[in-house]
Amino acid sequence: MTAYTATVTVRLKRGVLDPEAETTKRALERLGFELQGLRSADHFEVDVDADSAADAEERADEMAQRLLANPTIHDYDVVVEEAE
Amino acid sequence: MTVSVVQFGGSNCDRDAVSALSHLGIDAERVWHEDGLPEDTTGVMLPGGFSYGDYLRAGAMAAQSPIMSDVYEAAERGVPVLGVCNGAQVGCESGLTDGAFTTNESARFQCENVFLRVENADTPWTAAYDDGEVIEVPIAHGEGRFEISGERYEALEAGEKVLFRYCDADGNVTDAANPNGSTGNVAGILGERASVAVLMPHPERATLDDVGGTDGAGILRGFD
Repeated sequence: MTAYTATVTVRLKRGVLDPEAETTKRALERLGFELQGLRSADHFEVDVDADSAADAEERADEMAQRLLANPTIHDYDVVVEEAE
Repeated sequence: MTVSVVQFGGSNCDRDAVSALSHLGIDAERVWHEDGLPEDTTGVMLPGGFSYGDYLRAGAMAAQSPIMSDVYEAAERGVPVLGVCNGAQVGCESGLTDGAFTTNESARFQCENVFLRVENADTPWTAAYDDGEVIEVPIAHGEGRFEISGERYEALEAGEKVLFRYCDADGNVTDAANPNGSTGNVAGILGERASVAVLMPHPERATLDDVGGTDGAGILRGFD
């Protein structure tokens, strides 16, 4: 078994309104920043012991499908690295 | 003959729901989610509130509670199930109903009365109304914007599963009457069976005449 960290990034599908990001963008503009767009995302770091990176990725993928993301509104990706 | 009002950690409309149902002569009791559904359950109400502090997404945690397997099985047997507000979010997160309720377009919590147009009066939850009838009930939510893919929205419409749409006092479904940016002004929908429904507005807060009118009582009569 090897210790891995699976990073799951959950973001709204393109085209789904993101009022929190819009509000954050407006606040940045009020601070004087110039920006053309802003998207928010949730980022989860999951520590798992697994036989292989592929195995760790499969488990993190299932976690994303069943809880971390809502497939109706979210896309997600999983990146696995050996834990330091 | 008892409606189980499921109480999750952070539910806060469970007592109101029991009061409103009892007022209508419908036997109801609160059921702690860890205790599972009682065997004599004849209906299930998922009440409003902030289960698990809305961690991750509103309703996401409660949807994983073991009692939801009982609720799902009961729904499959035809037991009526109604999710209100946070209960509607739990319903969508658990797959009882399609779509998702997410952050209001305003990014604010909104607590106000709204008008709803009855889109399908041929269900247990709307039998007390006529098609196109306008009722006034309160909303109180920060995450009530109904989101669904275009294809699945068409399937909802084709299956006559849209129960209510936000409208103005005259029943016109307009952007101005849409409080939260919901797709198609949708405020409530049916699940696979007509005996399963979720809606963001609060019928239990519009059932007793001395606290906000009685327009919502007909929805709760779906348990009758």
